[in-house]
Amino acid sequence: MGTVELPGPPRAAPPPHRPRTARAPRPRRTLRRRLLPYLLIAPTVLALAAVLGYPLVDLVVLSFQDMTRRELFSGAPPPYAGLANYRSILTDGFFWTVVGRTALFTVACVAATMVLSLLVALLMRRVAPWVRTVMTGVLVAVWAMPVMVAASIFRWLSDADYGVVNWLLGLLPGLDFSKHNWFEDPWQGFAVITGVVVWGAVPFAALTLQAALSQVPAELAEAALVDGARPGQLFRYVTWPVIKPSAVLVTSLSAIWDFGVFNQIWLMRGGQPEKEYYLLGVYSFIESFAVNRYSVGAAIAVVTVLMLLVGAVVYVRQLVHLGAAE
Amino acid sequence: MTTAPATGPAPGRRRRRRATANAVGLVFSALMAFPLYWMLLTAFRPATEIHADPPHFWPDHLTLEHFRRAVDTPTFWANVRSSVLIGVGTVLVSLLIGTLAAFALARFSFAGRKALVLVILGVQMVPLAGLIIPLYLLLSDAGLTDSLVGVILTYLVFMLPFTVWLLRGFIAGVPVELEEAAMTDGCTRLGAFRRVVLPLLAPGLVATSIYALVQAWNEYVLAYVLLSSNDKQTLSIWLLSFQTSFGTDYGGLMAGATLTALPVAVFFAFVQRRIGAGLTAGAVKG
Repeated sequence: MGTVELPGPPRAAPPPHRPRTARAPRPRRTLRRRLLPYLLIAPTVLALAAVLGYPLVDLVVLSFQDMTRRELFSGAPPPYAGLANYRSILTDGFFWTVVGRTALFTVACVAATMVLSLLVALLMRRVAPWVRTVMTGVLVAVWAMPVMVAASIFRWLSDADYGVVNWLLGLLPGLDFSKHNWFEDPWQGFAVITGVVVWGAVPFAALTLQAALSQVPAELAEAALVDGARPGQLFRYVTWPVIKPSAVLVTSLSAIWDFGVFNQIWLMRGGQPEKEYYLLGVYSFIESFAVNRYSVGAAIAVVTVLMLLVGAVVYVRQLVHLGAAE
Repeated sequence: MTTAPATGPAPGRRRRRRATANAVGLVFSALMAFPLYWMLLTAFRPATEIHADPPHFWPDHLTLEHFRRAVDTPTFWANVRSSVLIGVGTVLVSLLIGTLAAFALARFSFAGRKALVLVILGVQMVPLAGLIIPLYLLLSDAGLTDSLVGVILTYLVFMLPFTVWLLRGFIAGVPVELEEAAMTDGCTRLGAFRRVVLPLLAPGLVATSIYALVQAWNEYVLAYVLLSSNDKQTLSIWLLSFQTSFGTDYGGLMAGATLTALPVAVFFAFVQRRIGAGLTAGAVKG
């Protein structure tokens, strides 16, 4: 700031080009001014178009073709297949099983994340400051964990032979969990995967909701209590309206992230997930890169993106609604 | 509640409630932190204690043998190099390009601005896994598979929207009058940007670059598909090498996980506040 208000003597003299711009015809100057923002956004737009827009279009085109290993390596254009790929996946019962499984998994993860995070956020407003500091510290540390690290840890915790989870459950009367393999039954396996996803998702959600809760005016809450509001009513009529925008954003973001889960499953199943562990992301990947049916994989990916658009629309609408996009 | 209308709950009850809340908060913290504790404990204890039955919950003997084994894996340093190069490359390019676009969004009104904002917000929702196939085909046409440049290019696009969005908020926070004053005093627009906006933008640049660095450091699928040589792969992929068909070397895996997580965790701790605010910009006032 100081450098701006106190230009040194050399800079006090008008720069040589300044009078020239003043004399220049007005239309040219406004044209330059009008062009400037476009020049500034050009690199970003170009990069997005080349490495995101083009692949997205290519993905759709590919889903209408029949690309196999042969075309991939020879570079020959793959023959058109029309709607055959879509027909084959949409009439395949297994595809719908995977869709249902993905939806169920997403709902379970998002519900667990949001309920837990809201409880934690409410709790953080009640505890002593030093306890809040401890909680924040732990949440930030967990938030910072790379996904692959988190998945590795949970794999170790749920290990069949030496996993600490089996040992702890074995302490409960009447339960024998020694050598229990959590991944034999996909329901139990997905419970572990849900665990690692929720563990990783709670910090962002809880800290965001906590920040939103701190915006609830204390006088308003007190006034409601004086007027005889019960805690449930206080939450519903005073707290919730304030934190709702944040809650909607966090929910839609979590839904989008959980719907596309890939890494946790990939690592927990050692890079070779069984069919019972396919979610849409894993399914599309395996069709493409393990079975070499690239076009079927692409069709699955297109369907996935379309389904995700629902969550994306909610997220973007909420941001626009809040005026953040202005 | 009706007994003490003016003062709220009796002080004794309030203190008890506070104590209960504190206890629940601490129990929750302990549960959340346990996986991290267990990772560190496993990484630092000898193999015999890792496989103790029943498990020991406190450290008895500490050893660095797992770290030594992890660091001695043939490709460790090459993988560190890849992770760092990819991370730094992604950050530098996305900051360079992203700052320009963020400046345009924060300071100018132009036709198509709103459309760009919507694209930038929407693009963050495109699942990475869905685009692997066409990205792979694109890069293989360009001869950029198994190349760090190819990975940086693809990461760039997934980082760029968030970078632009976060920086836009920071630039909007710098009063435009400061810039105008500088330009009145004879600075060019670029000069005003360099001398006025950029210094005030430093915290935003740091937060954004660390976020991009962490994302690049953590990414797995694209790196796995695009990089086929062992020595070009990143640390996320290297972690999988502790799992073989003969079983998993958990001591080594936890040591590797610690080594992978440590640098990003330290950086991340400094900037998490700004990141959270950026992801939900507008939702939280203040």
